[in-house]
Amino acid sequence: MLEIKELNVSYGAVHAIHGVSIKVNDGEIVSLIGANGAGKTTILRTISGLKKADSGEIIFDGADLRKTEPSKIISLKLAHVPEGRHIFPDMTVEENLEMGAYADATNAEAVMEDVYERFPRLKERRKQLAGTLSGGEQQMLAVGRALMAQPKMILMDEPSMGLSPLLVKEIFSIIKEVNKKGITILLVEQNAKMALSISDRAYVLETGKITIEGPAQDLLNDERVKKAYLGQ
Amino acid sequence: MKMPKKMKLSYLLNFLGLVLLFSIFVLMFESKIFGTSTTYIKGIFTTACYTIIMVTSLNLVVGCMGEFSLGHAGFVSVGAYFSAITSNALAGRGIPDLLLLIIALIAGGLAAGLTGILVGIPALRLRGDYLAIVTVAFAEIIRVAFCNFEITGGGKTMSGIAKLADFYWAFWIMVICVTVMFMYVRSRYGRTVKSIREDYIAAAASGINVTYYKVLTFAVAAFFAGVGGGLYAHYMTAMIPTNFNFNYSAELLSEVIIGGTGSLTGSVIGAAFLSSLPELMRQFSTYRMLAYSIVLVLVMIFRPGGIFGTWEFSLTRLLERVAGKAPKAQKGGE
Ligand SMILES: Nc1ncnc2c1ncn2[C@@H]1O[C@H](COP(=O)(O)OP(=O)(O)O)[C@@H](O)[C@H]1O
Ligand SMILES: [Mg+2]
Repeated sequence: MLEIKELNVSYGAVHAIHGVSIKVNDGEIVSLIGANGAGKTTILRTISGLKKADSGEIIFDGADLRKTEPSKIISLKLAHVPEGRHIFPDMTVEENLEMGAYADATNAEAVMEDVYERFPRLKERRKQLAGTLSGGEQQMLAVGRALMAQPKMILMDEPSMGLSPLLVKEIFSIIKEVNKKGITILLVEQNAKMALSISDRAYVLETGKITIEGPAQDLLNDERVKKAYLGQ
Repeated sequence: MKMPKKMKLSYLLNFLGLVLLFSIFVLMFESKIFGTSTTYIKGIFTTACYTIIMVTSLNLVVGCMGEFSLGHAGFVSVGAYFSAITSNALAGRGIPDLLLLIIALIAGGLAAGLTGILVGIPALRLRGDYLAIVTVAFAEIIRVAFCNFEITGGGKTMSGIAKLADFYWAFWIMVICVTVMFMYVRSRYGRTVKSIREDYIAAAASGINVTYYKVLTFAVAAFFAGVGGGLYAHYMTAMIPTNFNFNYSAELLSEVIIGGTGSLTGSVIGAAFLSSLPELMRQFSTYRMLAYSIVLVLVMIFRPGGIFGTWEFSLTRLLERVAGKAPKAQKGGE
């Protein structure tokens, strides 16, 4: 579904991503774990076209994303939940969801009902301003908005950041459920344990390079991963 | 089906309200109630009309888009000169005055709008305060350029512009401009721009072409600034590029902020009062900027969102409220 080959990205003179190759198959949850500053967000932003790559290939569903306008990428059914709960604070929950269907408003009402079914708390607060939601609810709204685009694949950037342990559990179970419905997921996380526990495969990113990759189960048992990311 | 009908009714009601207001003005001026001051007062009202257009257009940038422009006078200037050149070129061809005025205003507006695109594309791609810096520089460049071009008077006053605008036409042109801007803000475009202001990243993630909408809005604002400038030119009949200096931009911006960023009503009322008050107290006109600064500081302290905040006047709502006090029988009808 998504294939990244030999990707290089830099910020001015700072070379942030060094020859990264990642493959995500149809229906998988693949996680990309790594410490703060490793370059995880940069990779996701480059996939969505918000950051320009220096070299390499990004192919999604047969389309060359490096040659696609960022605003058109969502029409290819690739959604992005950016890092840090980006919602529209002065719009209501419902208006936020409507913005998610911006690129493709067909079936928007039915899709919204689906989203409300998955997130009953959003339904209760549909007329409330999004800025007044709790952190967890805002994260759910951000995920709900991505679902409104009826994506085949979602890029998720640290959905668990800043949430209480209970909410972290909830958000991961939501990700799992979304995936069961047939949506492929590339998940970026610092919370390696949780991420690996729901993933099929995973990549470890260290200062812009992939150092370890394999089935998530293997990584959970990998000594290096245990030591560096699982605190064991 | 119900909403559009209600909206149509609301537009109709507001239109009738404006006709009434206009009739009052006509009655006031034609009955010479102000005696010998009639022309003078009419002039103040005309000033208010084009200032309203300029300030409201700046509010599209500052309020709707949330970006600072410190060079709006540059677009006013482009519109003023371009429309004056256009009407000069077309003069004496038997085109009726009103048509000529409209052609000139549209030409001025288009020139300013195109300039807006040229300035907006580089400045709005970047995030941060680039727009403020770029617009200041742009307005200065325009001023210096117009001081040197032959066709704009070469640093001297450009005079002899046909007097095509009077208060009556200015009033309706102002009404049309403000209505179009209001409709823009309320449209899908306006909502999209507001969503960009609220969260740039969320907007981009929703598939919004952020730069496109920002440049578009900036160009619309510049277009109307140009129309305002054209009205200015054809009312004043003479102008010099230094009229549109940094002070003028700053004045327009303070009127937006005092009226309330995000409230077009605030811009209209703010511009109407602030452009006519100093004129009414002409002997103090040197203190105009000082008075502005004091008002600005007071507003910032006591009402940081501007006097009107984001509130918009609605005649329909007002009438509903008045009607609400009347016997209930009325309500069941709809
Ligand atoms: N806008 C930026 N300008 C310059 N450097 C940046 C920018 N964003 C990120 N970086 C740098 O790129 C590297 C990777 O950052 P990032 O992708 O945010 O990492 P992560 O998401 O894994 O925490 C870091 O060294 C960071 O300092
Ligand atoms: Mg990150």
